[in-house]
Amino acid sequence: MFPAPIEKSGAHWRGVYKVALPVSLFLWLIPLLAVMLTSIRSAGDLAAGNYWGWPRDFHLLENYTAIFENSPIGAYILNSFKVTIPTVIGAVGLSCLTGFAFGIYRFKGNLALFFMFVAGNFVPFQILMVPVRDMTLNLGLYDTTAGLVLFHVAFQTGFCTLFMRNFIRALPFELIEAARVEGVSEWQIFTRVVMPLMRPAIAALSVLVFTFIWNDYFWATVLVQGKHALPVTAGLYSLNGQWLAAWHLVSAGSIVAALPPVIMFFLMQKHFIAGLTLGATKG
Amino acid sequence: MNRPAAISGTTTFWQRHQRQAAPWLFLAPGAFMFLVYVILPIFQSMWISLYEWDGIGEKTFIGIANYVELFDDDAFYTSLKNNVIWLVLYMLAVPAGLFVALFLNQTVFGIRLIKSLFFFPFVLSQVVVGLVFAWFYDPSFGLLAQVFEAFGLKPIAVLADEDYVTYGIIVAGLWPQIAYCMILYLTGLNNISPEQIEAGRLDGAKGIRMLWHVVLPQLRPATFIAVVVTVIGALRSFDLVSIMTDGGPYGSSRVLAYYMYEQALSEYGFRMGYGAAIAVVLFAIMMVYITVFLVRMFSEERGAR
Repeated sequence: MFPAPIEKSGAHWRGVYKVALPVSLFLWLIPLLAVMLTSIRSAGDLAAGNYWGWPRDFHLLENYTAIFENSPIGAYILNSFKVTIPTVIGAVGLSCLTGFAFGIYRFKGNLALFFMFVAGNFVPFQILMVPVRDMTLNLGLYDTTAGLVLFHVAFQTGFCTLFMRNFIRALPFELIEAARVEGVSEWQIFTRVVMPLMRPAIAALSVLVFTFIWNDYFWATVLVQGKHALPVTAGLYSLNGQWLAAWHLVSAGSIVAALPPVIMFFLMQKHFIAGLTLGATKG
Repeated sequence: MNRPAAISGTTTFWQRHQRQAAPWLFLAPGAFMFLVYVILPIFQSMWISLYEWDGIGEKTFIGIANYVELFDDDAFYTSLKNNVIWLVLYMLAVPAGLFVALFLNQTVFGIRLIKSLFFFPFVLSQVVVGLVFAWFYDPSFGLLAQVFEAFGLKPIAVLADEDYVTYGIIVAGLWPQIAYCMILYLTGLNNISPEQIEAGRLDGAKGIRMLWHVVLPQLRPATFIAVVVTVIGALRSFDLVSIMTDGGPYGSSRVLAYYMYEQALSEYGFRMGYGAAIAVVLFAIMMVYITVFLVRMFSEERGAR
């Protein structure tokens, strides 16, 4: 283990570490703690210039009810779910198929096609913006959640394919050969043999894609305009314009908008990190 | 091939050829979506960049006039310069992430929770990060202003100052990016071979020497991924610019990604062709890194099978 375990060093260093750890964590999270604290302040507290001190009174319920009653944030959050959940299902589903094709079969063009998925995954969004917006308009899906879902499914399939293919490659190939000898059809090899083994990969990708799509801001501003389809990231930004200097409301809104991926992360931490650190250990 | 179906003698065309057809059938839906929404639009953008187009009416072919215009466009150079600053400073996330990872790679009580809390900023939307930092920098009541005042200094309006604004936004971007690099390195450190560390210790290596000669070589895959995601993050820096400054003041915090959007879709007019030309330049820069990544992946694949 590197660095050397702290228990092996002197009492002096152990003491320093014990203090340094919480202090650094506190400094690291100051921006976040400030937002949390502000989200329960009263408007009066802010008007009096008390931005960083302890709140004089706690308006937890007032502020959080206020943002739901006086702004469309509830609708925005619902829109975010309407975009995120179908995207997760679509992208993970499609990439199970593509990952299986790339991982199991040797065919002409396998690697070239696979690299197309990988490369496409890294392109800047702006090079896709004009054509994708135009296509969405022509399909009559501009300003709808469906338009966003279609694009996100397609784009995320790139990353998911990379992940799934590498995951399937690591499975024992003898399993598939044995099944073929038994006369199991290719489709059944996919559904009965490989799919059950892919559960950890599916879990990891689901949480990752959920977070990526929930936090997407660029496409939400490019493909959507009205509040009936606006996801919460873009919605929050437009509310920020309305709530000028009403920082207690902006903060409460930010917390509400951040909550779903945060909950997802803490519930599925292991899968999340496994997905994110793919490739960081091998090679 | 010994397929039982072949032995029984009642093979259909499908049974004989399913192994050849299967990969294409499995690929079809995903590849179709990816082609239509990702691959083709890249070429369409290149094509549109040769036209004058407002997004609705007729397209007018103007050859490379958009690129010629770029050549004389000060705003383009400002964006390009800012992209370079982003690329260089964003790279600090890699050593900073390594530093935090080394700091946290212990087994004291509660360390797992502490690691997840350090990682936390990455899970937040850039919109939230942008709002939080915009507020942090606020010259009248932001924390930064209060710290300055505590030291008797005049607060700087970071986001309203042409000289500081890009740096201010990059700091905001570094917060989640360091968290990302940290988690990559923590995973890497977890998988380091203890034997080599012990061998290094027996040879008298420790501290920085150990880190440089024994640990870092083993962390190379983590470093590679960290550099790749950081470069991509730097070149994709749209969200924070849009949220914190809208490219201002006076366009001084624009980056190519933002300038492209502004040209193609904002109140300044719908110049799709010009926007596409900016996007092509951004794409060309990104292509350098994509190629490096693919070449490396390709040599790994060669080694694997």
